[in-house]
Amino acid sequence: MRLDPEHLVIAPILIPFVAGALLLFFDDRERRLKAIVSILSVIALFVISVALLRISHTDGTANEGRVAVYLLGNWPSPFAINLVLDRLSAMMLMLTSVLAISTLIFSFGRWHRAGPHFHTLFLLLLMGLNGAFLTGDLFNLFVFFEVMLAASYGLVLHGSGLLRVRAGLHYIAINLAASLLFLIGVALIYGVTGTLNMADLAMRIPKIDEENRMMLESGAAILGVAFFIKAGMWPLSFWLPTTYAAAPAPVAAIFAIMSKVGIYVLLRLSLLFFEETPDMPGGFGSQVFFFGGMATIAFGAIGILASQGLGRLAGFSVLVSSGTLLASIGLVQVDVTAGALFYLVSSTLAISAFFMLVELVERGQNAVANVLAITMEAFGKSDEEEEEEEEEEIVGVAIPRTIAVLGISFVACSILLAGLPPLSGFIAKFVILTAMLNPEGLGQGSAIPAASWWLVALLILSGLSALIAMGRAGIRAFWAPPVETSAPRVLLIEIVPVAMLLFMTLILTVQAGPVMRFMEATAISLHAPLSYIEGVMEIPHTVPQ
Amino acid sequence: MELVLSIGIGVLAGSGIWLLLRPRTYQVIIGLSLLSYAVNLFIFSMGRLTINAPPVIKAGTEIDPATFADPVPQALVLTAIVIGFATTALFLVVLLASRGLTGTDHVDGKESER
Repeated sequence: MRLDPEHLVIAPILIPFVAGALLLFFDDRERRLKAIVSILSVIALFVISVALLRISHTDGTANEGRVAVYLLGNWPSPFAINLVLDRLSAMMLMLTSVLAISTLIFSFGRWHRAGPHFHTLFLLLLMGLNGAFLTGDLFNLFVFFEVMLAASYGLVLHGSGLLRVRAGLHYIAINLAASLLFLIGVALIYGVTGTLNMADLAMRIPKIDEENRMMLESGAAILGVAFFIKAGMWPLSFWLPTTYAAAPAPVAAIFAIMSKVGIYVLLRLSLLFFEETPDMPGGFGSQVFFFGGMATIAFGAIGILASQGLGRLAGFSVLVSSGTLLASIGLVQVDVTAGALFYLVSSTLAISAFFMLVELVERGQNAVANVLAITMEAFGKSDEEEEEEEEEEIVGVAIPRTIAVLGISFVACSILLAGLPPLSGFIAKFVILTAMLNPEGLGQGSAIPAASWWLVALLILSGLSALIAMGRAGIRAFWAPPVETSAPRVLLIEIVPVAMLLFMTLILTVQAGPVMRFMEATAISLHAPLSYIEGVMEIPHTVPQ
Repeated sequence: MELVLSIGIGVLAGSGIWLLLRPRTYQVIIGLSLLSYAVNLFIFSMGRLTINAPPVIKAGTEIDPATFADPVPQALVLTAIVIGFATTALFLVVLLASRGLTGTDHVDGKESER
């Protein structure tokens, strides 16, 4: 039997599942074996995701890309469940595997020893993520979401401790409630349309008559709320910074992509299900995306400025990133979406690197003493003591090597999060802004809607607030620590993944041209989902002899 | 029958939401359970309510779909029950851990100041 490339589509789900299940049979003392198995499987995931990216992008006709469909159980489409690979899902798979490799290497430093079954939970989380990106069925999406969330509950609590249990309790309660909303939304949509296949839904939804329209739209809205909670849209986002800051560093770093799963689903479903109609410009729900996204950016930017710990700062940067993406998607313009996709990749890499870096930097400090010192500084109590000390100080500071490396990484993260040149954060924001200011294409001189100006202002201000906060945090961590700190003891294996992720953003910057062309092709096929729908609905069904 | 089912779902969902917003972890978990019952019944009702109608058809025969029950929501509800059960059990463990670590059953890990 010849192996079709379609069969490769299920590999990103099977590999972590089998590896994760296999590791359950081994005792936690055989840590080296577990580490080897899991690193081998994530490397295999990376190789496969590269192959899948090639299949989705370069196979088939040049512009259309290729939609590869895997029929589970070989039922004719659109019955039963299926897996669908297109450019967007291939891109998300690749991003997941890159993050997985680096966070897993990071965890070898010490975190994977902090509690039982780390590797199994980590691999099952990857399975859930990959499944959510690949599935072409709403209910199957729910199942993979639950796999992902169940693993994430375990990972948030990894290492235990009062802080994690308290944050984990809130996280689990909120996500259980969100899952119930998810189910209500799916049930309503099924009740009206009689199908759960995404491509089939896209064909049936425009034909729904007026009296059932209300039911369908309320179902879609409830479903949307569930994903807004996952993506962290204000006012559904108060759990996010606390949970991410409390989670162990490698877990928080892989969680950077979990909030993007919500964004991915919202992007895919909203463009697939709801076309623009004259009485509803932008399609159903785009206003909610836009204004909700703007509120999220504002909330995140204020949160960044207000946060005293580095962990919370990173948590709020997740919100800014989510808000930027939601607002850009809400504009429903092809070019803006392309920029948003670039921003998604760049900001996820940066935030993930930052979460790992935070733990390394904070290792040398006592977090409580640090907060206390900041408060004292704010009330101006320690000024006199400092003056006395200064006289004895020797000119020049010997910078330990670790601090130098950490400092450079920190600067790179700041530049990425604030969106300053020369790194990819700047290119992403530049593309979004250019597309927003030229809605009809470059050089057409068309009118810019007032809403766009607000978003432009917010995007730039959020960058500024990130810069201020990161600058302040950097000065306090590296140049003038308010409390006695020792240079953190960092293993090489822990700094390499951070450098790896930052290097990826450097590649994104240097190769911005080809990457941007890929993003544009992705955005075009997202906005005109005919190739996706036809790819799924008209897949030839063959019964093997 | 529709009325009884809707009232049932409404009462379950209403009490579930009320309990979910209470400050004790035990109330929260019971609230989540009640809510998930309501949601499960809701999914089930989305396949339309039928009595004495089989969900399985014979292959190769012409049939009238109105005389059959929709099997898809039944399959969905089974999956939802299993997943809901597992996550509730997991939440129960975290709840106990929180009780052990904080010494209180308040959801925030400390009593509110009042």
